[in-house]
Amino acid sequence: MFSHDQRIERTQEGELRLRLPRAERELLGGLPSELRDLLAAAPADPNLRRLFPPAYEDDADEAEYRRLTHADLVGGRRQALRVLQETVDNDRLSPDEAHAWLTALNDLRLVLGTRLDVREETLLCGLDPSESRAPELALYAYLSALQEELVAAFGSRPQGTEDPQSR
Amino acid sequence: MTSTLAPAEVEVGQPRGTDAIEHDRPWVVLVWNDPINLMSYVTLVLQKLFGYSKQKATRLMLQVHHEGKAVVASGTREKAEYDVARLHAHGLWATMRQD
Repeated sequence: MFSHDQRIERTQEGELRLRLPRAERELLGGLPSELRDLLAAAPADPNLRRLFPPAYEDDADEAEYRRLTHADLVGGRRQALRVLQETVDNDRLSPDEAHAWLTALNDLRLVLGTRLDVREETLLCGLDPSESRAPELALYAYLSALQEELVAAFGSRPQGTEDPQSR
Repeated sequence: MTSTLAPAEVEVGQPRGTDAIEHDRPWVVLVWNDPINLMSYVTLVLQKLFGYSKQKATRLMLQVHHEGKAVVASGTREKAEYDVARLHAHGLWATMRQD
């Protein structure tokens, strides 16, 4: 029923089945607390700016938008990071847990990508191991590949189940 | 509910604009291109948040990618603000403005 070359697969029940090696899970398990700590300790850190883009051009409107939404946006991000951390060793993810993984991975990429000043062409020509940013670029590339796998699994439609996107 | 934009919803609370005509002009929600968000992820988020078909979500994502931005929804100010906040929660670079 499951092929062995797919690391992430959607089951008939709508869950995601994960086949990730231990080293990857250990790597992933350590990341959420780093971002949660940064959100708590340095909410004005410029590397967080892509998590909270402005909604309005007008300063007064934007201040009001921020007042109304910022706490909820932070809370949702902290929650998604918590779910990633708590389920990182699971072999199956519920749809809600899988969405939390997607959100948390994307947030980690947004912060890391901002810190690395990632551009469209970054990594297109591979990774130069002599570059000082190489370890972080490799992490960014890994998180991108994992997120791509999750999105693909999420968008796949196992036979006999309804497409969850057609709500 | 595959391809139509959400209809304007009933106003909640006090209108913020002083001029009734000014207030009636719809607000549009824009998503901007950025080098970090994956194309596949943007498509998935547009499907999930707005109920768009994969085809429509992909077309909007490609418009963002090639033209730098795309209008992904429109409606009242309150509806637009709600949509922008949901897009921000998913990490997309979204803004709103009155059309």
